[in-house]
Amino acid sequence: MQFGILINEGPYTHQASDSAFLFARAAIEKGHKVQRVFFYHDGVYNATRLATPPQDDRNVAARWEKLAADHGVDLVVCVAAAQRRGITDGVLGDNFRISGLGQLVEMGIQYDRLVTFGD
Amino acid sequence: MSEMDDMDEGSGIIKKFMFLNRKAPHGTVYALEGLEVVLITAAFDQDVSMVFTDDGVYQLIKGVDTKGIEVKDFSKTYRALDGYDIEKLYVDQKSMDARGLTEEDLIVDVTVLSVDEMANLMAEQDVVISF
Amino acid sequence: MLHIVNKSATDRGSLESCLAMATKGSAVLLIEDAVYAVTKGGAAAAKIQAAAADLKIYALGPDLAARGMSGRVLDGVNVVDYGGFVDLVAEHKSCQSWL
Repeated sequence: MQFGILINEGPYTHQASDSAFLFARAAIEKGHKVQRVFFYHDGVYNATRLATPPQDDRNVAARWEKLAADHGVDLVVCVAAAQRRGITDGVLGDNFRISGLGQLVEMGIQYDRLVTFGD
Repeated sequence: MSEMDDMDEGSGIIKKFMFLNRKAPHGTVYALEGLEVVLITAAFDQDVSMVFTDDGVYQLIKGVDTKGIEVKDFSKTYRALDGYDIEKLYVDQKSMDARGLTEEDLIVDVTVLSVDEMANLMAEQDVVISF
Repeated sequence: MLHIVNKSATDRGSLESCLAMATKGSAVLLIEDAVYAVTKGGAAAAKIQAAAADLKIYALGPDLAARGMSGRVLDGVNVVDYGGFVDLVAEHKSCQSWL
């Protein structure tokens, strides 16, 4: 089955991105395809490569980067939300890309399921 | 980069989309950025329903003046939805009652649904996105 | 349909809104802070037990464990892991997150 995931909150303050990651990893382990993760609202902060969490904490952005590299997950950051919050191509982590809200709507149209994680 | 990048409007698939608005405007950004998604969805020719429940009904209130908090008054955008062929606007009766509101207090024409009617509408959707 | 709730019922009204709109036979999955609702002696326990007559109630095990609540789960609540969460999403035509 093809899954799309929508993340509406940034890392660390809310559990949303953690829950979404663990869901995505479990879906892949079960043989599903996680086609795209769309980052909206403060969720765009998940995409910055400038974060340096302590060594003994998880690195939320790096975890998404690796999942994308290993399993071809398309990590899309909403351009309008990103511009409001200073997330530009210059600070974007590997495998993230900035694009329009149409990419979110497309997940709903094309994939079998769309799951939202937020506050 | 524009909002219209990589849009695939020619897929021919028409799904039932429900946008469920449960939050008041201004205190958080969800109402505004949720509305932005709805406007984009209009370009994809999907079967869109926009629903307002809980504090979401406050998004549609008349007589808004945001000058004093120095943010954009996007309440007028709800009136423009018609022009985007988004005509199915529903509000939850119980949420209206709980806030002392009637249809007269709202800036757009809406269909008022009971909880059961709303529940059935939600159950028949293909995609529900909640802000 | 699958309903997903992630906020504590003693903090926000999302569980109540969800239960009012979940049609008979639907599934409700509680994750993150919402898992406190399915614990014995909790404020939402009676509400959950009443709802369980018409709805299938699930709670995410790792979120229960992280909150020290694994041993307090109400009878009739199904505890699932992330794989079970994935199965629930796959089994239902649509899902709604009550944010």
